[in-house]
Amino acid sequence: MENIIRVGMADLAASSHPAKLTTLGLGSCIGIALYDVKTKVVGLAHAMLPDSTQARNRENIAKFVDTSISALISEMEKLGGTKENIIAKLAGGAQMFAFRQSLDLMRIGHRNVVAAKEILNKLKIPIVSEDTGGNHGRTIVLDSETGILRIKTIGYGVKEI
Amino acid sequence: MKINFENLDSTHIDVLREIGNIGTGNAITALAKMLNRKVDMDVPKVKVMKFKDVSEILGGAEIPVVGLLLNVEGDISGSIMFILKMDAAHILVNMLMKRRLEECREFGEMELSALQEIGNILASSYLSSLSSLTGLSIMPSVPELAIDMAGAILSVPAIQFGEVGDSVLYIETGFFEGSTRVVGDFFLVPDIDSYGVLLKSLGVIS
Repeated sequence: MENIIRVGMADLAASSHPAKLTTLGLGSCIGIALYDVKTKVVGLAHAMLPDSTQARNRENIAKFVDTSISALISEMEKLGGTKENIIAKLAGGAQMFAFRQSLDLMRIGHRNVVAAKEILNKLKIPIVSEDTGGNHGRTIVLDSETGILRIKTIGYGVKEI
Repeated sequence: MKINFENLDSTHIDVLREIGNIGTGNAITALAKMLNRKVDMDVPKVKVMKFKDVSEILGGAEIPVVGLLLNVEGDISGSIMFILKMDAAHILVNMLMKRRLEECREFGEMELSALQEIGNILASSYLSSLSSLTGLSIMPSVPELAIDMAGAILSVPAIQFGEVGDSVLYIETGFFEGSTRVVGDFFLVPDIDSYGVLLKSLGVIS
């Protein structure tokens, strides 16, 4: 049987090989897919907001890009992964509604992408591919066998990165 | 008093629920007038729920829905999201455009602008009843529309609310026109200080 783990909104999960990690309907949220190329340990986070230090309520660490990435890495290390062998792929960060006002909150998708890149760079984790931005939702599946991130959309086709 | 969604007591929730009932009633009445049809309305289901459970109610995070989002400004601020499943959206558009109800054409510019207008009417009548109930000045922005996966659409208010909590005031409203049932879902996402303003204006808290 295939081991498919579903990651909800503001949630994260890691698994040893073999497994598929999936998260459905990413909009402005960002999907951070991590893959240990040696051990095939995988991790996926579905983060909503860029920065935990700006939030009034930060109980759920999986909600924020910064805290979710570090939590995900330590989960992967518990399963035998090593930070030096981890690569990252990013998906999501769309702007679903075209509000004319440049409200900060409306550009949250973009800010999530920027935050994820900053933090991954700081941790020296290479971002090998991404499918971010735009104005459409994405469902993503990360396969521990290959490290391929499969992205499904409504009206924008399917791609693998 | 600092109001936090997680510490609202049952009186507060009852009041919010009642506001939801009255507002939705007004909104549906306005819609019926616009459609020039007699409609019967269900008692709206109003609940406070976790954001991560919301897309399950709609039938899963991946199913396509029509989402209309308005920002609210004035004495309170926040946003209103109105979600229609695709079949309900088709029925509403057909009612408005006087087509046969079971028709299912692809949405073109006309249909999208009809949906936007429906969102406009529902939200502004909802807010005007809220405004006259509370004496607060509440103004909606022009609604923006998107058709996509339920999870992706809902992520927008979820993020707005995610700054402060994990729950949302959810109102499911249904109405009948003859034997056709149309169900729509409202999500009210006031920013956290606005709950206090709202409850204070009604004399629920001091």
